[in-house]
Amino acid sequence: MSTTIYVPGDAAALALGADAVAAAISEEAARRRIAIKLVRNGTRGMVWLEPLVEVAAPLGRIAYGPVSPADVPGLFDAGFVDGGLHALCLGTTDQIPWMARQQRLVCRRVGVVDPRSLADYVALGGGDGLRRARAMAPADIVRAVTESGLRGRGGAAFPAGIKWQTVLATPAAQKYIVCNADEGDSGTFSDRMLMEGDPFQLLEGMAIAGLAVGASQGYIYVRSEYPHAVAALNAALAVAEDYLGDFRIEVRVGAGSYVCGEETAMLESIEGKRGIVRAKPPLPAITGLFGKPTVINNVITFASVPDILAQGAAAYRDHGCGRSRGTLPFQLAGNIKYGGLVEIPFGLTLRELLYDFGGGSRSGRPLRAVQVGGPLGAYLPEAQFDTVLDYEAFAAIGAGLGHGGIVAIDDTVDLAKQARYAMKFCAIESCGKCTPCRIGSTRGVEVIDRIRAGNNQGVDQIELLQDLCDTMVHGSLCAMGSMTPIPVMSALRHFPEDFK
Amino acid sequence: MEKPTTIERIFAAHRDQPGALLPVLHEIQHLLGYIPPESVPLIAKELNLSRAEVHGVISYYAHFRQTPPGRHVVRVCCAEACQAGGGEALAEHARSRLEGSDVTLEPVYCLGLCACGPSVQGDETTLHAQVTPKKFDALVAALEAKP
Repeated sequence: MSTTIYVPGDAAALALGADAVAAAISEEAARRRIAIKLVRNGTRGMVWLEPLVEVAAPLGRIAYGPVSPADVPGLFDAGFVDGGLHALCLGTTDQIPWMARQQRLVCRRVGVVDPRSLADYVALGGGDGLRRARAMAPADIVRAVTESGLRGRGGAAFPAGIKWQTVLATPAAQKYIVCNADEGDSGTFSDRMLMEGDPFQLLEGMAIAGLAVGASQGYIYVRSEYPHAVAALNAALAVAEDYLGDFRIEVRVGAGSYVCGEETAMLESIEGKRGIVRAKPPLPAITGLFGKPTVINNVITFASVPDILAQGAAAYRDHGCGRSRGTLPFQLAGNIKYGGLVEIPFGLTLRELLYDFGGGSRSGRPLRAVQVGGPLGAYLPEAQFDTVLDYEAFAAIGAGLGHGGIVAIDDTVDLAKQARYAMKFCAIESCGKCTPCRIGSTRGVEVIDRIRAGNNQGVDQIELLQDLCDTMVHGSLCAMGSMTPIPVMSALRHFPEDFK
Repeated sequence: MEKPTTIERIFAAHRDQPGALLPVLHEIQHLLGYIPPESVPLIAKELNLSRAEVHGVISYYAHFRQTPPGRHVVRVCCAEACQAGGGEALAEHARSRLEGSDVTLEPVYCLGLCACGPSVQGDETTLHAQVTPKKFDALVAALEAKP
């Protein structure tokens, strides 16, 4: 019998050389006439250990990492095909403390299964939610999602059930389910990991949404920067036709526009237009894609739904704290020692995440700040690291969890420069529809440049920046313009010494 | 009967697809490396759009090129997570290294490799993490040696 060896095919693993490791293992096995079955799984999310090779041993999966092609002959010498000891051996994957401390719900199959195998998916509980949903009335499906307390994981944290209820209650001959997979925030990669590592779960969640609101067509809008996710989804769709029943899903590829992650700009883009933000109301739940009622949710939101249906709303709601229920796959990124994906229930502190999981900075220098929630998220100083990771606690300090991405920076980083970058990014990516965002961002760059140059031109430039931010917050059409001031103002508030 | 050209096949495949413009543009760019401005009237006619609409879409999205790129394209991530690990210095190095090269340099804002930056994408398919200037030179040399 051949032993199964897992070498991740996830983009992060590939970027760290997984293909060469997979090739070396195949060649070495052939040379030694050892029968192996090589599976390209997703990543377990321990990015600093990639390429992380796993061997299916009788007692569980044994991990080795990070493996380079040069390590491969030595691994065979050590008998790693039978789980043999080697300097790179990390023990049973599930018992690596970093993994064991997590509570994987939505990402439980990511890195475990072969993402191209529907059989693997079904063997680990895939399909149970959809089967249940097929026997339920639409209103009952919506009720289960509402009662689970699931809130939109894309960043806005709007209760998913309420959105679904609006679409259900809006009569129309045609409705749509749209998955927002335009994961453009720097520091985030949970959507990518899930699409590459467990695509069927996303498809199942969307099919359940279709049953819940009476929609037969779905779209997944994936950014063009994620070609591996696009390929994984298309491969999954190619074998999922029967499984999805009458529900059809099409993958649409973006084209490098950050603002297309804003839901109405995304709809425009799917319709084949420039990704220009629409004014709301009308809500997309009532007048959405091609003018029809549309459920729009993020990848992680849809992917959370199958287990909610399969195991019941209460099982999901039991995790978390306050009004933040369930788990959130946090992503540790930037200057962090142990970067990767940490799925935990809401309720830990930021400090626990940064140090107990992240191990502090990669550079070895003190962490000066973290930016939570992408380019539109606040910079938090060390003094705020004890904030509890839940939506309300973050809102209370003028920040947001967003999509759960955390970018760590050390004490060499100039926060005024980061503030300038926030304005610059907004200037590059603004769709141009509203003036505060289109013009304000460029003026913001100029004002910060004057502050940094100490050129006040007889006016208090700090006051001018605050005034400009105020205009952007209150006058912009969407989050792009109204939230760009968040990183700017948080940098100014917590690191005023950098603005002198 | 004459065999349909590749471009005719693209249009035929997408004619009944709602909102077909982006998928069509992706296929053309995949085929040619860019979207020739002279193709705009044809795209407009085939998809029943105005030329202004087609041009507007091509020019709006950073991904679509209106001029041919070099033999290879290298994208360097310029977003915050990669900056935090030395991305700016890498981008600066890339600019000077690729001056006069037939490898085109493009900025990209996040490849989703944020725990192992700075990251670089070669020809839309090959990914590189924790890229140092030295590693960058090696990957560029490998690209330049490729046909």
